[in-house]
Formats: sequence, C-alpha cells, structure tokens
Amino acid sequence: MSTKHELLVTAANVTEARALLQAGADALLIGDDRFGMRLPGNFSLEETAEVVAMATKHEARVIVSMNNLMSNELLKELPDYVQALGRIGVHAVEFNDPSVLAAIKEHAPHIHLHWNAEMTSTNYATANYWGTKGASRVVLARELNMDEITEMVPFLKVEAQVQVHGMTNIYHSKRSLVQSYMAHQGRPVEGHLGKERGLFLIEAERRDEKFPIYEDINGTHIMSSEDICILEDLHLMMEAGVHSFKVEGILKSLAYNEAVVRAYRKAIDLYEADAEAYAYDEEWLREVRELQDPERELSFGFFYKEQVY
Amino acid sequence: METVAVKRKFSGKRNRLDKPELLAPAGNLEKLKFAIHYGADAVYIGGQAYGLRSNADNFSFEEMREGVEFAKKYGAKVFVATNIYAHNEDVAGIEAYLQNLYDAGISAVIVADPAIIEVALRAVPGLEVHLSTQQSTLNWQAVKFWKDEGLPRVVLGRETSFEEIEEIKANVDIEIEAFIHGAMCSSYSGRCVLSNHFTDRDSNRGGCCQSCRWKYDLFEDAREDTVWVSEEEMQMQAPAPFKLGDNQLPLFQEQDNSFSMGSKDLCMIGHIPELIDVGVDSFKIEGRMKSIHYVATVVNVYRQAIDAYMADPENYVLKPEWVEEMNKAANRPLNTGFFYDTPDHEDHIYEPEEKAVPYDFAGLVMGYDEETGMATIQQRNHFKPGNEIEFFGPNGTFFKQVVGEIQDEQGNVLDAARHPLQLVKMKVDQPVSYFDMMRKKK
Repeated sequence: MSTKHELLVTAANVTEARALLQAGADALLIGDDRFGMRLPGNFSLEETAEVVAMATKHEARVIVSMNNLMSNELLKELPDYVQALGRIGVHAVEFNDPSVLAAIKEHAPHIHLHWNAEMTSTNYATANYWGTKGASRVVLARELNMDEITEMVPFLKVEAQVQVHGMTNIYHSKRSLVQSYMAHQGRPVEGHLGKERGLFLIEAERRDEKFPIYEDINGTHIMSSEDICILEDLHLMMEAGVHSFKVEGILKSLAYNEAVVRAYRKAIDLYEADAEAYAYDEEWLREVRELQDPERELSFGFFYKEQVY
Repeated sequence: METVAVKRKFSGKRNRLDKPELLAPAGNLEKLKFAIHYGADAVYIGGQAYGLRSNADNFSFEEMREGVEFAKKYGAKVFVATNIYAHNEDVAGIEAYLQNLYDAGISAVIVADPAIIEVALRAVPGLEVHLSTQQSTLNWQAVKFWKDEGLPRVVLGRETSFEEIEEIKANVDIEIEAFIHGAMCSSYSGRCVLSNHFTDRDSNRGGCCQSCRWKYDLFEDAREDTVWVSEEEMQMQAPAPFKLGDNQLPLFQEQDNSFSMGSKDLCMIGHIPELIDVGVDSFKIEGRMKSIHYVATVVNVYRQAIDAYMADPENYVLKPEWVEEMNKAANRPLNTGFFYDTPDHEDHIYEPEEKAVPYDFAGLVMGYDEETGMATIQQRNHFKPGNEIEFFGPNGTFFKQVVGEIQDEQGNVLDAARHPLQLVKMKVDQPVSYFDMMRKKK
C-alpha cells in the first residue's frame, strides 16, 4: 500500500519480510552484515530479490542498509554488490561512508540514496549538504528531541526519516570487547557472541537497566536498555511533515514486530484519512504492551529530553 | 602545425611535507607556549564554541591572536578544533565564528560536520579545513571524496592500520594526519552516546562523561528461548552455576574485575620510522585536558625522535630514555592501538583505572647565571632541599640532581619552595635554559 507517510520496518529473513508486509509495512529495511550495520538478519542477493518481488506486489519498497564504515578491503566488493542491487530493483540504499555514495552514483544511479550516519545526523544543514551530493532522505539521529525534529523539517530539502519504535545502538566499537573480557578472565569463549546469545551489561549504579551487547563482523555493539515508543505523539511528526517512520525490529520476535507495525499502521491510516478527527487511542498499543519484555521499558527515548554539554 | 595537448596540472598543495608535522594539543595559552617551545610544529586548540571539550578552558579570540603571534616566532601554526556534530541551533553562527578564527590568524580548522565544512570552504577560503577523526574515515575512496571537496588534509579514524594508511597514501595525494599518542575512544569516534543515555550529556557536542571507563557487569540471559546451546554445555563454561530459565546469569565471579570498555592509551614512540616511511604527514598527540608537564614531556620526546630519524635514518635507534620519559607523563598503560592489529584483552583496562602520574611539575627555569651556576626557578609545586629532581628541556637539558640550598630573590635561605609562582634561586649541576622544566618524583 502506498501512503503519504512511509512505515518502514526491519526484517530478519524472507518469512519475516512477508509477515511484516502483511501487517502493513510500506517499506522494508534489509541488508548484508558486510555492508550494513546492526541488521536483524542477513539477506543474500537471491533473498533480497525475493523480498523485492514480494514487496512490489504489496506496492511496498525495499531499502538496503549499506551504512557501515567501509575499509579499503570492502571497497573492492562495492561495485558488484551495488550493481546487483540495481538489477534487483531495490528502491534505496542507506549510506554513511562517501565511498558508498560514489559506488551508487557510478554503478546504479537509479537507486535512491538515504543518508544515515546514525547518532551524527543531527542538523538540517548537513542533511541538505548530502542532498546536494545526491541523497533524497536523511535518517535523523535518535538522540534528537521532538522540537529539533519538527523545527528542522521546513528547512530540509530531503525527506526525513525518524525511528519511532524499538531499541537503538548507543555504542559501536571495532574491538571485540566481550571476547577480550572473557580472555582477560582466562575463560574460553565457545560458540558465538552474536545477538542471539542474550548478553547484556549492567552498570554499577543502574541495576535495573539491562543493556544488550553483542559482537559480529563489525565489532561490538551495545544497545539501549529501553525501547522507544512514540505512537502517542506520532501525529506531531506527521503534522510537521516527517516522511518516514522506522520501526527497529532488531532483537525482537516477529510477533512483537507485527504488533508494532499494526499499531503504527492504524495511526498513520487514521491520520491520513482525517487529520482533524484524529485522536490517539491507548488501545492501539495493547497488543504491543502484552508482548513487551517486562524488563525493557517503553519510553519516549530522547523525544522529550533536554541534553546538556 | 601540430597541437600538443597539454595536460593541465594543478600545482596544488604539497602532499608530503618535508618532515612530518608534530601536532600537539594546547588546552590554554600557557600550554600552547609550552607545546610550541618544546617542539610542536603546530598546535590545536578549542575555541569557545563548536568544540568537543566543553570542560577545557577554551581560547577567546584575543587569546587566539596572542597564541598565533607566539607560534609565528617559531614558524609554528595554530589549528582550531571545530569538531562537534552541529545541531540546528548551531548552524546560524558558523560563518561568523569561522571568519573570526581566520581573522585571528588561525591556519586551519579541524571539522567533523559537513555543515561546517561547507560553510568554511565557501565563506572563508583562506582557512584550511582538515577532516576530523570524528568522521571515522578508514578507506581511500572516502579520503578521495574529501580531497575532491577541497580539503587538503584528513585525520584518519583511529581504527586505521599501517597497511591501510599505506594503501590510502598510494591512492590519494593528500595530507594524512594520524593520532600517535594519547587517550582513545574505544568506540568509533562519534559513534558513542553512552554519555547521552546515562547522564543526558551530549558526547558529540563536548559533554562526554567517559562512561566507557565506568564499571559494568556482564550477564547472559538464560531464558529458554535465548539459550544458544544445551544446558549441560553451558554448565561446563559458566563461571557461576548455570540455571536454565535464569534471566541474569553472571559471566564473572565475585573476585573478578568488572567489564569495561576503557582502552589503554596510544603511544607510538617505538615506531617513528614506520610512521614516517608510510607517509603520515602529521603526527597528532591527544590531550587538550592534559597538564603542561604532560604536553612538554611528550612533545619533547617525539621532537627528538622525529629529528633523529630525519637526520640519519640509517643509524636511528630508539633511545631507552625516550620510553622512560613517556612513562613519566602517562597516567594509563600504553599500547599501539590499531596500527598493527585490532586491540585485544591486553589493550584494555580492567583493573582500577587511573594511576597517578608519577612526577610533578615542580618548577620552571626563568634564568641561569653561568658565572655562579645559579638558576632562577618559578615554583609550580612544593619542593625542598633533599628532593630528587630532574631538569629537561627542548635544548637538550636532561639531568638529575638533588635540591640543595634554596634562596628567595633577596638571597634569604628558605626551608622549602612553598608558594605557587614564587621565584627562588638554587644551584644546578649543569647549565639550564629559559623555560626548561624541573620535575619531582612524587
């Protein structure tokens, strides 16, 4: 389904992709760990093609994450991968490294470019700068607040995307920190330290907050202890003209992500049908709350925080 | 007549400095003077906006002017770190700020955010723009992108290895700056908002509270849906008794050190020839918050090593006293970062973090009388007769002695130099020069 606002969700595999499209997603974010970061799952080119075909039937789009920090070594693989994505017909690629921008322009210029520099996409001028380089969308930092987001939109010459639900990354290192810690203790690590392992950190002064931590080919990732949920105030961003709303599905079950997509779908559809009559209903979140990990709070994230420095 | 197509060549900027630049931090005007006097070819400072050290006593434009004047006498340059990731409210003032920097005589700005880069290139063309390490630039195509944008220099991400630097230099004709000494983010620079989450302090605008150096406990979730192997296997490996269904299974024992992301500090004094040979154009020392003693000591050592290698590469040897000097200034264990390999458990700090710097800056030489062998010394920390002290300085001063009789300016004998900035006279065993430093073991 095609609407004015886009509801974007990550998928871990083809089965999830299908289910999330059925639940009402307008767009899917997928990718390959070598080029993307912190993806719920890895998609081969064949699987990517399958998802694109499936999405097309739903009039939905497929966006591929390529926002890794690239090494010289990875540069060699960019042209083939990008050309393949072009042939497959993915709608857009998320990038951070200028090498990806260059590869898309040279090898698959019809693919849209979405600039996603994670926590460092923090103002309209930089977003517009990447707009002049060919980007059509900025993925805003999750650390911005509602005022910063809504005030920014009129100045943007590109579309804005905001994460509205799920966990966020709060620390990324190239180092293998869990492995190093176990080695320091003299304990061998058997098996993997990936996201399915269920590892988490607790800071000495904050015993009730669990921060998931995992390792993959891109290093060590530490994630937030709470899940963003801004459904209640989604209309403020729709009103302001934010184009795309992202549901981050990493480290969540499919059932949970489906419930989240259905809830946001309902809000977006009702708002688009009649913005005047639109009123948030707590009931929309009931299913999400039932499935919510009791140890992870649903919070407004940074939407209503004032940060100092 | 035959026309010969002449390939136009821009003379452009030199891509390789004659000698690598030694670039030192200067947290304030006094530190700037020490850094330059002790051998820095350039210093980087923070202004009162757009920098990442909101806790440092940053420079006013007036102080910048004074710093630039001082630097000029030594043929040195002053750069300003303008390396925040800007927010909407920061955008409007950028142009005026950069213009002021240029008017104050600043040679270059170190910038992470393209919003600032764009303004600098368009509005203040005389001001060089160096890409900050906060952009985590690790590959040659990204470096080339910034060169094509008009930047003469890129500060690489700290994750770049020697091999990768070599490939970057081979592919792009541009100045490369690399950190060679000091504290390191263990995350990709800029890719950490621990501080924002724990304390609402924005790390990418200078508010970092160094949460990576705090203590954490590591657990595993052993709920049935998350266990990755059998209960028996886990039982074999788990430090504590493993219980399936437990949602908080510790991966440490009572007596173990806590988990930490804190990294050892970088120190490349043992690898100057490799750094020069691979073509790093600017050797950067971290630490705008560090002491005068730290900056002077570290700069002094790298200056000597670089000069020694450039003068006679064949016969260059690493002097053991250089390494000893580094340890006198260090407050954390040292390592070589990512230059050779990805850091492992030996490159992290799990033990209690800070160790005290073993030496104090005790006095600054203000004068020396060759006739009498008496030095005039400005007190910087308490010292008294009988203390073991060391003198060091940029002109080769380097000796130990024991403090003898101390006199005040009128020649009265003192039992100790007690007062900050008090001028005292004492006999020194070897000649000293103006601005040599005197340190005392704690």
